[in-house]
Amino acid sequence: MTSATDHRQLTLPEVAVGDSLPTLRYDVTATTVILGALASRDWRPMHHDRDFAVHRNGAKDIFMNTPNQAAWFERFLTDWIGPKGRLGRMKFRMKGSVFPGDTMVFDGTVTEVSADDTGCGWVTVDVSLAVDDEVKTTCTARIALPISADDNPWDRKGDRWKP
Amino acid sequence: MTDASHEGKPSDGAATNEAATNEVLVDELPADVAALIDVVQYEEEGEFPVERGYIWTSCSSVENGNPLFWDEQAAEAITGGPIAPPTMLSVWFRPHHWAPGRTQQALPLQVHFDLKERFGLPEAVMTDNTIVFYEPVRPGDRLRTHQILRSVSPPKTTKLGTGRFWVIDVEYFNQRGQLVGVESYTGFGYTREGARS
Repeated sequence: MTSATDHRQLTLPEVAVGDSLPTLRYDVTATTVILGALASRDWRPMHHDRDFAVHRNGAKDIFMNTPNQAAWFERFLTDWIGPKGRLGRMKFRMKGSVFPGDTMVFDGTVTEVSADDTGCGWVTVDVSLAVDDEVKTTCTARIALPISADDNPWDRKGDRWKP
Repeated sequence: MTDASHEGKPSDGAATNEAATNEVLVDELPADVAALIDVVQYEEEGEFPVERGYIWTSCSSVENGNPLFWDEQAAEAITGGPIAPPTMLSVWFRPHHWAPGRTQQALPLQVHFDLKERFGLPEAVMTDNTIVFYEPVRPGDRLRTHQILRSVSPPKTTKLGTGRFWVIDVEYFNQRGQLVGVESYTGFGYTREGARS
């Protein structure tokens, strides 16, 4: 069994405005879309029934649902920050759909690094999900990062947590 | 679809500018709609407790290897025990596809559908969505939620058609009454007639 200290952990002093996050690429299949919809308890047919998506929705195929896209953005961010990083806020803007056969490309850039009046370290990251260089969804995330190796944002409660 | 830009508003009273905006818009709204602004509606409890099976299925669907969800020791050391991925907040309220005795399928975000019907707007899109995370959600939690209409715009014409923008907050609490998250949705209900080219 691994211990909590075995996992790579990003801290605030390691991050600067303008930093790029490691790109994530993922080839989407029908299984990706359907598994993601059912994992988020979204039973609507446009996320698993191709005939419905094409003939009733006018889409070219079934398409990824929004809650599963949110889960993809969370995975992209936490891969970078490590387990002590804590999501505070995510703002999504949906521009287009993701279909089987697409390759999703997630990229992110740090736009702000700060500490609040309680001493909590924060970074703001602009993330895009693109297919063939066309942005499908954007996400602005505000994330708490440890300010040192022994800090843990998950310990914060009440007035000491200002997402 | 980017005409509306509203920050998610946790119920901490921080968004005073938006409150001021609401007062202006309320004057232009039908009285029955204005009376719903900032009023708690559709309180409900999730149909089942938060459970780890769905947490693992969700992580698996996006290949999320965060040790908080897979490694008991890491979860104990960092978050005081297992938690759910924050972005699963709304998952715990999606109704079963079928349930015994149920005659009508509940609609998530009912306030959105109420506004479409009230204003006679057959089409609608969600233009953006903000989630703010507070206390972590843990396996075994029984979550409660309610919806609050925050604002409705005057009629506007976009490339999609003519209609109104509205902002709806969905607040989530655990069984101890602690706020676990707030989702804020900006919707645009519209008719296709008069779409701006």
